[in-house]
Amino acid sequence: MRLNRQEGEIDWTTVLVYLTLVFLGWFNIYAAVFDETVQHGLFDLETDSGKQLIFIGAAILIIVGVLALDFKFYDSFAYLIYFFFIGLLIIVLFFGKEVAGSKSWFQIGGFGFQPSEFTKFATVLALAKYLGEGHKRLDKFKGQLFAFGVVLTPLFLTMVQGDTGTAMVYGALIIVLYREGISSLYIIVGLLSIAILVLTLLVSQTLLMIVIVVITLLIIAVSPRNIKRTAVVIVSAVIITGAVKSVDFLLTEVLKPHQQNRVMAMVNPNIDPRGIGWNVTQSKIAIGSGGVWGKGYLQGTQTKFDFVPSQSTDFIFCTVGEEHGWIGSLVLLALFSFLLLRVIAIAERQKSTFARAYGYGVASIIFFHFLINIGMTIGLFPVIGIPLPFFSYGGSSLWSFTILLFVLLKLDSHRMQILQRS
Amino acid sequence: MNDERRVFIQAAIIIAAVVFAIRLFSIQILDSTYKLAAENNIVQKVTEYPYRGLLHDRNGELLVFNTPIYDLMVVLQEVSLSDTAIFCQMVGITSQDFEVKMGDARKYSSILPYKFIELLTNEQFATIQDRLVEYPGFHIRARTARKYQYNSLANALGYIGEISRGQLERDITKFYKSGDFVGISGLEAAYEEELRGQRGVSYKMVNVRGVEKGMFKDGAYDTLSQPGRDLVLTIDLDLQTYAEKLINGKIGSVVAIEPSTGEILTLVSSPSYDPDILTGKDFSKNYQTLEQDTLKPLFNRPLMAMYPPGSIFKTVLGLIAMQERVVSPYEEIYCDGTLIGDHAPSGYYDMHNAIKYSSNNYFYQVFRRVIRQQLSDNPYTDARLGLDRWKEQLQKFGLGVQLGIDIPNEKPGFVPGSEYYNRLYGNGRWGYAHIYSLSIGQGELLLNPIQMANLAAIIANRGFYYTPHMIKNHDLAGSYQKSVSTGIKDEYYDIVIDAMEEALSGTAGRAIISNIAICGKTGTVENTHGEDHSVFMAFAPKEDPKIAISVYVENAGWGGRAAASIASLLIEDYLKGDISRLWLEDYVLKGDFLD
Repeated sequence: MRLNRQEGEIDWTTVLVYLTLVFLGWFNIYAAVFDETVQHGLFDLETDSGKQLIFIGAAILIIVGVLALDFKFYDSFAYLIYFFFIGLLIIVLFFGKEVAGSKSWFQIGGFGFQPSEFTKFATVLALAKYLGEGHKRLDKFKGQLFAFGVVLTPLFLTMVQGDTGTAMVYGALIIVLYREGISSLYIIVGLLSIAILVLTLLVSQTLLMIVIVVITLLIIAVSPRNIKRTAVVIVSAVIITGAVKSVDFLLTEVLKPHQQNRVMAMVNPNIDPRGIGWNVTQSKIAIGSGGVWGKGYLQGTQTKFDFVPSQSTDFIFCTVGEEHGWIGSLVLLALFSFLLLRVIAIAERQKSTFARAYGYGVASIIFFHFLINIGMTIGLFPVIGIPLPFFSYGGSSLWSFTILLFVLLKLDSHRMQILQRS
Repeated sequence: MNDERRVFIQAAIIIAAVVFAIRLFSIQILDSTYKLAAENNIVQKVTEYPYRGLLHDRNGELLVFNTPIYDLMVVLQEVSLSDTAIFCQMVGITSQDFEVKMGDARKYSSILPYKFIELLTNEQFATIQDRLVEYPGFHIRARTARKYQYNSLANALGYIGEISRGQLERDITKFYKSGDFVGISGLEAAYEEELRGQRGVSYKMVNVRGVEKGMFKDGAYDTLSQPGRDLVLTIDLDLQTYAEKLINGKIGSVVAIEPSTGEILTLVSSPSYDPDILTGKDFSKNYQTLEQDTLKPLFNRPLMAMYPPGSIFKTVLGLIAMQERVVSPYEEIYCDGTLIGDHAPSGYYDMHNAIKYSSNNYFYQVFRRVIRQQLSDNPYTDARLGLDRWKEQLQKFGLGVQLGIDIPNEKPGFVPGSEYYNRLYGNGRWGYAHIYSLSIGQGELLLNPIQMANLAAIIANRGFYYTPHMIKNHDLAGSYQKSVSTGIKDEYYDIVIDAMEEALSGTAGRAIISNIAICGKTGTVENTHGEDHSVFMAFAPKEDPKIAISVYVENAGWGGRAAASIASLLIEDYLKGDISRLWLEDYVLKGDFLD
């Protein structure tokens, strides 16, 4: 390994997009909780916007810390960091404070701290470390097993905490494995299962069964006579049939009642608009009433008058949609898309597998949050309580995303010094 | 291979953003329902109830006004009561009551305001008002109720009450809403459209918990409520209350009309009730009591009671007979009391004396001439033709038909025609012998007291009348300014009027007032169920009449006693402003009318 002392440049474009998102988020948090009759200032520490400003200040300090550490630290201590946070996830199960049905918070004095937010970073780091250590590890079954183990351990622990939303985020890391060469079969099977799950919710099971049998027979009839291939097709068909049959079990036994309701509310948005459909209905009303240009800053009514739930955290996008309309929403979509593509570009220019895999990890996590968070506010995904990165109110979330992103920028600035392991 | 995968991942990101953009375009720009839903969310329509119009008498005296009343409303969804006991104590109900009311509210709605306690007293309101902020979900709704300055005129004024389901369904204009108050009877019902005013609407913004957050679009869509129209009635309050005082304790009615206009000066139904008891809290209870009262205080006798008119009917019969030329005013007809029972002595009577002394036998014979005009050789056919001709004449006097006064539920009375007797006896099987009681205003003939007073007004006017009415506001009274003619020559009226002037000395000496020329006619109506009814019809002064009056007192005997005395006192009061004949007043107030 050759060391080069010369310092690289931080990617200022990404920093600029980051700051834009953070401050737009802050202004929108102010708007979301704005109350004309009380007239809190933007900096009032009583309000979410005042507190968010403190969080932003702390995030700047974190950035300084992240950049100040030696870039080799993240590579070297990746596993240590990972096990530390896995440890915290286990401890929080016993000593955590229960908030809204999930036991994922440490209460230290007046501040809450959510280790699962930071475990995302730790997991990305450990996964990248593992993939970077050996050549083409994902070609072997053992390597695949280990990689899945790294991802599924925190997923399982977060699930046990009762925070299904955050747990699902780890699933996004399949993108990293895909980029690093895991067999497409995993992706296909994964996407297929999701498609079947959705279809099962929308179409009757009997109909699906018939369709599966017909397709299976067609494939066997059309494809060349090959025992092995026919066997694969039949086995796949049986697995898919099993998946269809297990949906009911999944819905009624695995999901909690409120999660079942959310799925039902997505499949049928008009179901019980004052009850289980309330969140989605109100969220869509807020966004939909924004029109082309929106109602103007601080002029929104649906969010401010509390029709939209969690309007400064998970449903912050409603404020954007309502007050800034379609144009404002497009700006936000463009900012996130640009950031994601930029992160991928950064990842691609890395010389080490570790740094590239880490970059893809960052992109995957942010992408998943972006997809699910905005998707749920406009009724394309069931309501899953995960924040919009950099935008939503909340310290833990802002800090963990900041660390996630700036570790990449730190690694990127030293990319010339990192040599690809052979 | 890895390049390809990178492109897939980049494509996924771009596709996601584009799908979101399209979805947002669809809900933000294409679909306008979300804008409506957003307004429905935050906009609360607040109805501002107008003041109902006030009622004044003809001299500007205030009769009916409004007083604020308060209901305690509850919105279940917002209720969070920590201590039910303290709350119950504050609003003055038991905890059992509380449970029952909350149960009813639950059945009604969890998000709409429900009338938790209806019509708080002023004391309750004062104690509750300030402390209510501590009890989310409860609020006061202010409305107005009717209030009456005088315990008078209740039947004519009518009352208001909550609109019924049936009325709501019939309301094609969709003006009313459930819970609205509406005029149910009397003038309140007749002039509902004028009195009710126009509701105002204001749009307020509320948050998800219903807390007010200011005006919607700065009040651009708000409309002010328009108070209802104040009405001036033709009633003379002094005369009305005096009439009520005089007839108090008896069953009957008094109607006084200004002949030159048809304006009703007095409309008394006795017994009546205190109008204040049909407002507010105890409406249902009090209404039930009134309805079950055997003396029927809710029955508006001047319009709805139908009585045989008795001898006062002789005036109109005389007029018709003269007009039909079946008798000359000066023809003397011998009467000896053999045809029909009579109080008038035997001898020769002309029209004048027949009315003056109320000769039954004279009118028996005159009515036979009216009925048997030799229009047909068949006596039965002749009677039929004559009777229908007579009925037609009576209708010109507003008898047997609705006059069309401006209070609902006016009864037409009953003037029997050939159809009626055909049904009763068979076609061609009845003749004069069957119907002669009509000649003295008895038998099947029924009039209501307003028709009797209007008859007096017709005679006072010498042949025409204005439909009696109670509204004095010029524009609303427009339809009452057309006179209706009876088509009978003036000279015949003079005969009747002269006779009526002298009739007082003949049959009702008590009614004579010095310096005022009163023309009147008594009636004593035979009553198979008990004591005769006392009837009197009069107008005064003889030249330029100012007041026409009918008094009907049930079971009070001679017309010359109870009814004539009351009428005479009222005429004196109205024309002179005070009562000089205190002995007569005492006689009436004593109320036994034995001599």
